[in-house]
Amino acid sequence: MVVHELSELEIDRIFQAMADATRRDIIKQAMLREQSVSELAKRYRMSFAAVQKHVAVLERASLITKEKRGREQLVHGNPAMLHRAAQLLDAYEDIWRQRANRIGELLSEPSQGMES
Amino acid sequence: MTVISTHKDTENLTLTFVAEFAADVQRVWRIWEDPRQLERWWGPPTWPATFVRHDFVPGGESRYYMTGPEGEKAGGWWKTTTIQAPNTLEFDDGFAGDDGEPSGFLGTTHCTVALEADGDITRMTTTSSFESLEQLEEMVKMGMQEGMREAMGQIDAVLAS
Repeated sequence: MVVHELSELEIDRIFQAMADATRRDIIKQAMLREQSVSELAKRYRMSFAAVQKHVAVLERASLITKEKRGREQLVHGNPAMLHRAAQLLDAYEDIWRQRANRIGELLSEPSQGMES
Repeated sequence: MTVISTHKDTENLTLTFVAEFAADVQRVWRIWEDPRQLERWWGPPTWPATFVRHDFVPGGESRYYMTGPEGEKAGGWWKTTTIQAPNTLEFDDGFAGDDGEPSGFLGTTHCTVALEADGDITRMTTTSSFESLEQLEEMVKMGMQEGMREAMGQIDAVLAS
């Protein structure tokens, strides 16, 4: 497994985008099925313009993509990018899992208790 | 060793990691205190850490380097900010330059370690707080490859049994 390298700017955008509960929910909805911005806007107690702004933040972070179809703007999730963002944090967690494994092995050595 | 929980806070760039070990608190404390034990687990097997200094006192500093498979060296340092043996440890961790001294590269990671006894078991909670996303990615890049290789090795072992 290889983590595609993200630029600092890309990472900043991802984390900024994910730091808001409404935006996280928009991602979830957009991942479930493609839908229009006006459809999304009905879900939240905020103006259409506010939802549109959230969508724009997510689009800049490449977490969702927006497409114009007729008079509608259709939004759908970008699973590849979400996957990369999650991998970054999972990978750091993995460093600690490996360390904990090594600590466990070290502690199970009978002679260790007498060291230093 | 059992991993109890992990929590990733993307907003505050913090990872909290909780694991339990079948040993008493004093024993687990020594894997942090004794540099010879610390270097057996801090770095991955293909990038083992060597601590050349480990002043394990409040305000004390540590210097270490990790040696890669091609003999390449990556330096690091700690500055211990809080010690309450055998339960609490806090330190800053950062990258060091070729001279082994703090380089300022990517800032510091603040780590807190709490050890709690629960019967015969010790629960260890570590939190790592990053200053920037760039720093987090660099840390991940350095530890990622090895972590995956080890995980694959474990899968192989399971499949072979």
